[in-house]
Amino acid sequence: MRRLDLLLALGVGLAIWQALVWITGAPHYILPSPWRVAQAAWSSREIIAENAWVTALEVALGLVLGTVLGLVTAVQLMMSKTAERVMLPILVFTQAVPVFALAPILTLWFGYGIASKIVMAILIIYFPVTAAVFDGLRATPAGVVDLGRVMGAGKWRELWVLRLPHALPSMGTGLRLAAVYAPIGAVIGEWVGASKGLGYLMLLANGRAKIDLMFAALITLAVLTVLLHWAVGIFARRLEAFARGG
Amino acid sequence: MTAPPAIEVRGTLRMDGRDLFRDLDLRIAPGEWTCLLGPSGVGKSTILRLILGLETGGTFDGSVTASDGQALEGRCGYMAQEDLLLPWRDVRGNVGLGASLRGVPVDAAKVDALIARVGLSEHADKTPRALSGGMRQRVALARTLMEDRPVVLLDEPFSALDARTRADMQELAADVLKGRTVLLVTHDPAEAIRLGHHVHVLTQAGLSGWPVPEADPVRDVQAAETQRAQADLLAHLRAIAT
Ligand SMILES: Nc1ncnc2c1ncn2[C@@H]1O[C@H](COP(=O)(O)OP(=O)(O)OP(=O)(O)O)[C@@H](O)[C@H]1O
Ligand SMILES: [Mg+2]
Repeated sequence: MRRLDLLLALGVGLAIWQALVWITGAPHYILPSPWRVAQAAWSSREIIAENAWVTALEVALGLVLGTVLGLVTAVQLMMSKTAERVMLPILVFTQAVPVFALAPILTLWFGYGIASKIVMAILIIYFPVTAAVFDGLRATPAGVVDLGRVMGAGKWRELWVLRLPHALPSMGTGLRLAAVYAPIGAVIGEWVGASKGLGYLMLLANGRAKIDLMFAALITLAVLTVLLHWAVGIFARRLEAFARGG
Repeated sequence: MTAPPAIEVRGTLRMDGRDLFRDLDLRIAPGEWTCLLGPSGVGKSTILRLILGLETGGTFDGSVTASDGQALEGRCGYMAQEDLLLPWRDVRGNVGLGASLRGVPVDAAKVDALIARVGLSEHADKTPRALSGGMRQRVALARTLMEDRPVVLLDEPFSALDARTRADMQELAADVLKGRTVLLVTHDPAEAIRLGHHVHVLTQAGLSGWPVPEADPVRDVQAAETQRAQADLLAHLRAIAT
């Protein structure tokens, strides 16, 4: 059923696109038809794949590293009152700075390679993941924590045995958000300065008036993002199922 | 398990700028069941938390002492109205929780024996969501027994159960906790008369003892004496509520 819905949606999308091309009569260097884009995608498949791989790598590494960093920070906030008092305001304040505005600086510091894009993705997802995990850790039912104390649990055992499993569903929520943001971060990083990646390819194609290639790169990016949501969604659902006992 | 001590809670507890209770003197007899009743918000759970050494949200000026002069920390078990089971652990994992929390190996044979004792052997591999409320509370009881503490504090542990399951649980708990120092907080006069060697009623005016029938608990609910005591206690609770 869902697969059928997906196909249907795809069909409708393509039909609207084609209809737009016919109705507006826009020239192909403004709005190429689906068929033209498919042709461009096929003839440039190698260059698209190469660049898609780079973007995927940036996003995946950013996601994993950002999640690990967020987890560690959330645990720190949980375990130390001082950390909570000092770091939480800083974290909230840094959220007021639009991370995209940092892209040029990151490129300056970390270069044109993938490092600056990974850092960008990390910065974007770090806060949502930290906040989600911290919320989950804190929301462990007070009665359960009391019971743990009565049973003689130390702080770290309490964290590991009671709080972390309880926080897994929130972590799943954070990861879903992260999956939305990470590709945006990577592509903006590529726009600001890169020699590889789908964002770079889009700019390159645009500059050479190969609008059909630009669309092909854009669609590839969309497909990558959807795949990422799907994979992260499966993972998040597993976390939720574990935490509620199957 | 060491010999169960008597416990004495004496003192005044201030909460939100007023005395929740003043000059309380609660004596809990060793190796017997003491039931504590009283209107909602009078401080019953707070007393329990004091004995457990948990945060109360107020300031306590007084003492909680065991008759053998040793600290109570690490000698109390606790069961609440909610089963407090971890959803991601199966019955075995929940019964053996204490060992994980202290970072010591769990005695698997003892876990299985206690699961059998509460009649859940067939369900040992299930997670809590596959169990009924009554079964979950039995898991919580097995978890409490696993800790094998001489003092056990019960905060309305049967109140969320249906009548039949509650009666079964009361008997099971009375049986398996026999010989320990038990403080049972309850709203149910019938439960208190049925299970208590001693019954206390806490009101804003203070703590007062309530007589119990001669017979040893668990008392026969069919016995005229039990029923009269239950009715009297209920009447008393209704009188102090007005
Ligand atoms: N952590 C806290 N901070 C502030 N006030 C609290 C806290 N815990 C309890 N109280 C207040 O202290 C009073 C006594 O609470 P307690 O839970 O001991 O009552 P109780 O006799 O157990 O009531 P119930 O029968 O409803 O369980 C209540 O007025 C409650 O609102
Ligand atoms: Mg209470």
